[in-house]
Amino acid sequence: MTSARDDILAGIRRSLGVSGSERIRRQAVEERIERAPRGVIPARGQLDAAGRADLFRARAEAVQATVEVLSRPDLVPLAVASYLRVNNLPAAVRIGADPYLVAMPWENTAVEVNHGRSDGHDLTSVSHATAGVAETGTLVLTSGETNPTTLNFLPDNHVVVLRSADIAGDYEAVWARLRKAHGKGTLPRTVNFITGPSRSADIEQKLLLGAHGPRKLHIVLVENG
Amino acid sequence: MSIEPTSKDFKGNAHRALNDPNLQKAMGFVRVGFIEKRAVAAAGLPEFEALRDSAREIKDHTLAHLDLYIEQYEKKVVEAGGTLHFARDAAEAREHILAICKAANAKIVTKGKSMIAEEIGINAHLEANGMTPVETDLGEYIIQLRGEIPSHIIAPAVHVTQDQVEADFRRVHTHLDPKRDLTEPASLLGEARAVLRDRFLTADVGITGANFLIAETGTSVIVTNEGNGDLTQILPRVHIVLASIEKLTPTLEDVSQILRVLARSATGQEMSVYTTFSTGPRRPGDPDGPEEYHVVLLDNGRSSMLGGAFEEMLRCIRCGACMNHCPVYHAVGGHAYGWVYPGPMGAVLTPSLVGVDKAGHLPNASTFCGRCESVCPMRIPLPRMMRHWREREFERNLAPAVARSGLGLWAFLARRPKLYALATRAAIWGMGRLGAKKGRFASLPLAGGWTKYRDLAAPEGETFQARWKRERGGR
Repeated sequence: MTSARDDILAGIRRSLGVSGSERIRRQAVEERIERAPRGVIPARGQLDAAGRADLFRARAEAVQATVEVLSRPDLVPLAVASYLRVNNLPAAVRIGADPYLVAMPWENTAVEVNHGRSDGHDLTSVSHATAGVAETGTLVLTSGETNPTTLNFLPDNHVVVLRSADIAGDYEAVWARLRKAHGKGTLPRTVNFITGPSRSADIEQKLLLGAHGPRKLHIVLVENG
Repeated sequence: MSIEPTSKDFKGNAHRALNDPNLQKAMGFVRVGFIEKRAVAAAGLPEFEALRDSAREIKDHTLAHLDLYIEQYEKKVVEAGGTLHFARDAAEAREHILAICKAANAKIVTKGKSMIAEEIGINAHLEANGMTPVETDLGEYIIQLRGEIPSHIIAPAVHVTQDQVEADFRRVHTHLDPKRDLTEPASLLGEARAVLRDRFLTADVGITGANFLIAETGTSVIVTNEGNGDLTQILPRVHIVLASIEKLTPTLEDVSQILRVLARSATGQEMSVYTTFSTGPRRPGDPDGPEEYHVVLLDNGRSSMLGGAFEEMLRCIRCGACMNHCPVYHAVGGHAYGWVYPGPMGAVLTPSLVGVDKAGHLPNASTFCGRCESVCPMRIPLPRMMRHWREREFERNLAPAVARSGLGLWAFLARRPKLYALATRAAIWGMGRLGAKKGRFASLPLAGGWTKYRDLAAPEGETFQARWKRERGGR
């Protein structure tokens, strides 16, 4: 008996009228993967750094994220403490072990900082985004030893810290950066594009926030450093 | 154990749908919501039409090289530590999934939204083998409680009213206070969130679909708004991706092109909330993520659509725009189509997958108004393909005898212009005489289907051709 794999590939080749060993077809595939052509890139995100930050903020707010801008990273813990207070949340966050976040002066606040993955009992998490995309106000978060993916989905409130310098104009610019960091053809285990807080319109087409993921998404933009 | 198509009874299904007040109320929300949102989103991006062309070209290129992209994808999945299982048909896909679940000693299996899971009927199969599949998308959860299939490919419970959801939750969530207030949609959502949160945390296996499989990196991509798909794929020890072969896409850049038209066409969002790229199982040192990562890659008739009249259907990215804009879908809802895929895309795809003998009626469920093609982000010529199916249905003598003899008579006359003019003139003259008094007919032989619901206006005694000749004949 032939395997399902061989049968399916043979069926595809029969329908396409090819053998699978044509050099020209193999070259076309290798070349596309090697070159990864960018296609049509919307003009809207093709701005200077300040323009990209403004557009990112406008697009993120348009999808019900909240955005605040800080000048330096050492101001983040105080801003998070104040966010928790204003929203009547317990003074506790979970932050994984991201070096950028860990280096911040959390000891200047009364906020309890927990590390590692979430087990579903945390109300608020703080993540460090790898990048932002101005085009649609999208955050890009990548998993790794210091960045658990559970922090992006289980807590009710998700605070994401993003350096202004990491805001790209379009998704393609982010892929180029990730390839540089991780090598061609390799991605972090999980790459999350996040555009606003969780939502559903499954009941009579009425838009409701906070379906299964975070009910609130708060973005802290750090302008310098 | 896949769902047996009832598409053959489209007429009966449609008739029942038109007389169902709950369905008609629910469908009212479809007619207004989706159409305007898509129009605004498309108008908001000047490059939208160019992106549609780009997306079409990407898929055409991929389909023409599909065997090679599958090989490349397989290589990358294995490199990343994942396992790829090939399934020729629904039964093989079910067996792969069952075997993985058994090996994982699974009791609870959470599920993200997947049309392929509906296509292969995986829930019934897992249940028959003592496991509990739990749908976690709110719409899918609602229809699972109701024992139904989706009526829309991205809004599965679009046919259900809020009052019906409340009744279902009260019936099933018996552990909660019967006097609780569920009058607001937000309280229904909150209840589903709480009930399902517990399921997410205790599940042994999570099954998701995939919007794309990326050959360059061996990555599966899901696009969701609720976040349920992500909780399904990161929390359990084992993640199974269930996807069909046409989901292959060459590169990250290619996926990005198509993402720009997907959400805009589907819900009118610029981007869905969560677009997640998963590559293999968790890596050494990762604090979370699944320990096993399996992909079940399903053919189920698709490879034989390549190179033929219906190949272009394989470009479909399941956005739902065609049904959101279809007057027939608006009138009868998704269940009338009798199988997993409704609306114009279902009318083309279903006969390809289950056979024209079982689904030949569906391509007739169209007014050929062309709205589906005009909004399809992948520019699939849906009306043309429905016409193809109609021709095949006719060629294979599957059309009803009355329709066949009627068409035969019309064809006989249409090929003989003089006889045609004579016959129509006589008929119009006769009808004009008979209906002259009232100006309309309340009933008419051979036209009962029309006059049952509305009167037929009586002709004024002259055919269009005769009048054309009389008024414009001199020029």
